[in-house]
Amino acid sequence: MTEPIVTFKDVHKSFGDVDVLKGIDLEIKPAEKVAVIGPSGSGKTTIIRMLMTLEQPTSGDIFVGDQNLWKMEKNGEFVAANEKHLREVRGDIGMVFQHFNLFPHMTILENCMTAPIHVKKEAKKVARQRSIEMLEKVGLGDKLDNYPSQLSGGQKQRVAMARALVMRPKVMLFDEVTSALDPELVGEVLEVIRDIAKEGEMAMILVTHEMDFALDVADKVLFLDEGVIAEQGSASEVIEHSKNERLQSFLHRFRS
Amino acid sequence: MENWSWDVFLDAFPIVLQGLGITIGLTLTCYLFALIFGFVWIFLRRVPFKPLNWIVTWIMEFIRSTPPLVQLFFIYYAWPMVPGIGMTLSPFTSAVLGLGIHFSTYIGEVYRSGIDGVDKGQWEAARALNYPTGKKWTKIILPQAIPPTIPMLGNYLIIMFKEVPLASTIGVVGILHMANSYGSQYWTYLEPLTIVAILFLVLSYPSAILINKLERKMNRRFDKKEALKSSEGAIT
Ligand SMILES: Nc1ncnc2c1ncn2[C@@H]1O[C@H](COP(=O)(O)OP(=O)(O)O)[C@@H](O)[C@H]1O
Ligand SMILES: [Mg+2]
Repeated sequence: MTEPIVTFKDVHKSFGDVDVLKGIDLEIKPAEKVAVIGPSGSGKTTIIRMLMTLEQPTSGDIFVGDQNLWKMEKNGEFVAANEKHLREVRGDIGMVFQHFNLFPHMTILENCMTAPIHVKKEAKKVARQRSIEMLEKVGLGDKLDNYPSQLSGGQKQRVAMARALVMRPKVMLFDEVTSALDPELVGEVLEVIRDIAKEGEMAMILVTHEMDFALDVADKVLFLDEGVIAEQGSASEVIEHSKNERLQSFLHRFRS
Repeated sequence: MENWSWDVFLDAFPIVLQGLGITIGLTLTCYLFALIFGFVWIFLRRVPFKPLNWIVTWIMEFIRSTPPLVQLFFIYYAWPMVPGIGMTLSPFTSAVLGLGIHFSTYIGEVYRSGIDGVDKGQWEAARALNYPTGKKWTKIILPQAIPPTIPMLGNYLIIMFKEVPLASTIGVVGILHMANSYGSQYWTYLEPLTIVAILFLVLSYPSAILINKLERKMNRRFDKKEALKSSEGAIT
């Protein structure tokens, strides 16, 4: 049995009085590709934001490998993690955002190079070389010196992927990365994700509304509904053969 | 104008001018001090400890609602008498501290507006890429927060330049001080003070125009970076 790279144990999250996640249990193996589907507001984004440490769980535990993400040991007791601990564990996670969040004051090459240099202390030359290779891989080798504002949405999202990939995370999070794009640009972005997925080594959690894409790429699909994982299984079990009524009516909206 | 004398004017001019170095030097020193100290306020207000944040906010409010002249007098005349920590400071140093701290509270507000203008997604991206706090500020946040505030910061330079004559009240020998002593010596104030006014006009007005230009350039840069860049690309 391979050890999971990500584990959620009874994770709850509320914003004020609103219980958004009501007990999430989840295991993701290294290299596993997991698609998360579900109606808007069901808590999909919140799940991956907690893993990226952008949101703190209200209760429960999240593990990355065998490290507890939000808690650390101090004098034999578990206390809330400090920034040092978070930085140690967070290094294995990468994220691509719905709205790209590229750094507008940097060229796209600089966007990719900056974290390897300033976070991983890589030599500039090495970081530059790796960034160029990564940008070539996502099909933007000819745009190195452009600024994000000069790119289309699809190109921006591909830069964002290169920027995250160049940090070599063990787990990559994708939060509806095509939903801010014009429809004709969705394909090029999904294509790149497919390529990355095929390479295999990295675990991926993909929040998506693209069902065909999920069927194609995901080893496992989770259907999130009203703050719980209402259904999970292989992509074809969940998307094609589930008897869950809410899931069926949810899927129905994407089959038109 | 029977009281006006060009001879006095020409006589006073080089004497008043002697103070210009001090006036400009004091302006720039105060400004530099305020630019740096502005960051100290920002830092203190962001330390994750609420009581400190409140105290700092309150101190800033207090400094801003007290006249700079009172602060100058306090530092120069009253500070040396404070038991334990009090000490005598030169007029120049007192002026740098007094005006510098006073204006640093405004400059701090300018920084804050710049920082608030940085999109929340930028902070999140920095976090997702695991930036340490220091680098997050120097590489991601400040390079986006500061450029849009440059025109506002420039305005404060001009405002400070016009407030610096206050320092003559505690004996900093700038142009106003030179004009005053010329006046009391020869019993004629009209010409030397006219010279002071002219010097201020000659220095502030072009600076204001320059800053205006800068402001328009900044606006262009931030709205139409794209258009600018692609036209540059077309030339090369
Ligand atoms: N920072 C926040 N403050 C308050 N409520 C939030 C916050 N983030 C998310 N929510 C609420 O949590 C619920 C789940 O949000 P989200 O995880 O974004 O759902 P999804 O990604 O599935 O659409 C929504 O009702 C949303 O309004
Ligand atoms: Mg969402």
